[in-house]
Amino acid sequence: MTDAASHTSLTAQSDLVKRRNAAEKRFRAYGLTAIMIGLAMLVFLVVTIVGSGWNAFFQTRITVQVELVQDEIDAAEAGFLKTAAYRGIISANLREQLTALGLGTDVSDDDIEGLISRRAPAALRDFVRDNPDRIGDTVEFDFLAQSFIDGYFKNRVTRDIAERSRNVSVAQLDLIDQMRDAGLASKAFNLDFITGNDASESSPEAAGYGPAILGSLAMMIVVAVLAISIGVAASIFLEEFAPQNRLTDLIEVNISNLAAVPSIVFGILGLAVFINYLGPLSGTDWLKNNSAFVGGLVLSLMTLPTIIIATRASLKAVPQSIRDAALGVGASKMQTVFHHVLPLAAPGILTGSIIGLAQALGESAPLLLVGLVLAQGAAAPETVSDFFGGPNTAMPAQIYQWSTRADPAFYERAWGGIIILLIFLVTMNTLAVILRRRFERRW
Amino acid sequence: MSISLLLLAILGLAFAGYILGRQRAMSSAGGNAYALHSRPKYYGWHVSILTAAPALLVLVAVLLVQFLAVPASVLRGIPEAEIEAVGSQDLVMTQIQDLAAGIDTAIAEGALTPDQADRIRTEFTNIRDRLAEVGVALGSDVTPAVLQGAQDFRDRMAVWDFWRGIGVLLIALGGFAYAMARTNKDFRSRNVVERAVLVLLVAAASLAILTTVGIVLSMVFETLRFFDSYSAARFFFGAEWAPDFRGNSELGILPLLWGTLYISLIALIVAVPIGLFAAIYLSEYAGPAMRGIAKPLLEILAGIPTIVYGLFALTTFGPLLLGLFGSGGSLGVTWMADGRSVLTAGIVMGIMLIPFVSSLSDDIINAVPQAMRDGSYGLGATQSETVRQVILPAALPGIVGAVLLAASRAIGETMIVVMGAGATAAVFYESPDRYLNPFEIMTTITTRIVSQLTGDSGFNSPETLVAFALGLTLFCLTLLLNVYALYIVRKYQEQYV
Repeated sequence: MTDAASHTSLTAQSDLVKRRNAAEKRFRAYGLTAIMIGLAMLVFLVVTIVGSGWNAFFQTRITVQVELVQDEIDAAEAGFLKTAAYRGIISANLREQLTALGLGTDVSDDDIEGLISRRAPAALRDFVRDNPDRIGDTVEFDFLAQSFIDGYFKNRVTRDIAERSRNVSVAQLDLIDQMRDAGLASKAFNLDFITGNDASESSPEAAGYGPAILGSLAMMIVVAVLAISIGVAASIFLEEFAPQNRLTDLIEVNISNLAAVPSIVFGILGLAVFINYLGPLSGTDWLKNNSAFVGGLVLSLMTLPTIIIATRASLKAVPQSIRDAALGVGASKMQTVFHHVLPLAAPGILTGSIIGLAQALGESAPLLLVGLVLAQGAAAPETVSDFFGGPNTAMPAQIYQWSTRADPAFYERAWGGIIILLIFLVTMNTLAVILRRRFERRW
Repeated sequence: MSISLLLLAILGLAFAGYILGRQRAMSSAGGNAYALHSRPKYYGWHVSILTAAPALLVLVAVLLVQFLAVPASVLRGIPEAEIEAVGSQDLVMTQIQDLAAGIDTAIAEGALTPDQADRIRTEFTNIRDRLAEVGVALGSDVTPAVLQGAQDFRDRMAVWDFWRGIGVLLIALGGFAYAMARTNKDFRSRNVVERAVLVLLVAAASLAILTTVGIVLSMVFETLRFFDSYSAARFFFGAEWAPDFRGNSELGILPLLWGTLYISLIALIVAVPIGLFAAIYLSEYAGPAMRGIAKPLLEILAGIPTIVYGLFALTTFGPLLLGLFGSGGSLGVTWMADGRSVLTAGIVMGIMLIPFVSSLSDDIINAVPQAMRDGSYGLGATQSETVRQVILPAALPGIVGAVLLAASRAIGETMIVVMGAGATAAVFYESPDRYLNPFEIMTTITTRIVSQLTGDSGFNSPETLVAFALGLTLFCLTLLLNVYALYIVRKYQEQYV
């Protein structure tokens, strides 16, 4: 014992202490590393999202002066393939302008035609039909460039790829370089990406999220009305009125379990109960496959537990003395709750509801099951009844849809959709935080 | 009388009831609101509620009966031969209802008069063409029996609609009259109104039970239908998954269950150490500033929609792994043939679960009483020794609960595996490579539910119905995990509070 004691010193560390301290340092480092990995993943995700999706908001456009000649238009309208004829008009005009500048003389007609989106002829035809008085004038159009040309502007398509591709040729890329220098082609912000309709698989450059944003809006309206009203009513009962009995216990257990049920199971519920069972029974379009109303119902059931849990917490936070005071001056229990407790709990309820809505907005799996996927190129609904009952889609479902298409140009647009979705989500969550900061009361 | 008109009438009556009830109460008190038992608006609400509530309940009940009874009685008039020719009763009924709806449209458009619609015969008119003129497209030619059924259907519906309207209006008027008769200054209208509100609140709370019942029943019925055409033993113990919409499918769940568990396992291998160490660091070492920044940032990972992770796995992480392990990759090995694999989906899912594990474990570690730490420090232990030998053993049941909850999340996760793991099921009888190699494509229960239910086929083939059996299995699996995890967490929490 005395031997051992003579070796210990308060100033010099023994081997054991050194080992233990080293272990301590290592342990700390593991913890710090874990957090850094988590944060690095977050950064990686954000960089990926912005890096892959940013370009989707910009689109290459080619400026073409089109001379609207009555005879040509008549001939086009008389033909069987009208858009093909309009396509011919556009490429002839483009060829003329390029020749005047001395460009593209060695490029084939097909290649010139291929520069411009397949959707451009339809745009020209719409213009002619809407403005018959402009026939005879020369009108300047900014047509969308074909997606591979657009990809070249965004560094997605290279000359190596062009050499092997059927969709784009090196000659086209050389020409478009010269056109860019001549100011005939440029990349600009593309509002149609946010508001436009979906396009067919062959023209990703024209596809937009318009119908999907409207569909998500319709579903959010259903969720806001149903989930918030039912959720708040249920929480008031459970928090303020429920007697301690079997029924209450059963409800409590159910709510906590529903919060953990996988979302896809709610999709199965929607399919089996709302669409297959209640749909034929009710005879309305609103309870059919593909309707935003069914999507909203499914999302409402899914967000109900979130809203109930948040509402109960904020009802609980209202001090008992408020209730006692109201009851003391003769209010009934119901009046106490609706006149005093509920208004005081409102900011917390609102915050919880917004977070619930944000959760519902990002959910995709159950929506796929209730068929919220539009056919390629479908347009946005036009009437209120179609808005809720007609064929519809939602942001996440549309993003998924585009991620399954063959052309990688749709990946970029899918990431762009995620940027739009995240902007909505961040806005909603920020709003929730601001509301909480602004109105939260400490008792 | 149409439903919307009826609803409008009931609402109008209820609104009139509010005004009249309020007026009647006020006049019975001689215009002095203080002489009333309740405040005037309660008398109005009392009349409105008694007018509308019973009428609406009866309307819903009658509708349910009507839409079951009318098709049943129409079907009795359809000859057996016709049903056999078309296939099933449901299909005949669908044809009849489509035709009836088409005739309604034609009448609304003015292409047919109601009288013509009743007398029309297939022998004289081509109904399909007639309806096509007003934009109604029928799937098949109209047989005489179906036309007669449709006319019968319309007649019976009209009768039901008529009596339903009369009945519901009478009930609304009855409620109105009864409530008005009860209204005087001593009547305790507030109590009645508040009871009605309470009933509404209870109904809202019971919806949680109804949802669970709906989930279970909807899946149980369809699963039983599935087991009619495919044996349960073959489903639960079948080692092959090879659906074929032309029939003769092998629908064994084991390959899917294996894929689900394998991907979840990899997700947990990623999420648990990172999440747990992050929680330990945040609760034991980090200062308030670090905690205030790192914790919310980590939790952002949990708030990102799963479609984002799915797309990340599909377009970024999968190709990244392929670039490392694929042929011509930077590591010079050829382990991977496709960007989608068990590893891709598993790791991305693990990233998603990090904050889930870390915030749950954080709560649990914080719940360990400070006295236990102080005791350990007092004996001369370092911080890490305290964590490893005192805090973690004390918090272990709770951490196990958190891991189980994360596992249940991983098992039920859909979009990441749909986009990141591929669509080919594990194959047991070939080389172990087809079920053990983490670089292989593998499919899961949730992926299969999505693909079996998003096809265009009907709801009668076992290939579609199997999705409900898969859903029920998934539901039971996650429910068991959740209940067990919550049980562990609760039991543990009680020890220290």
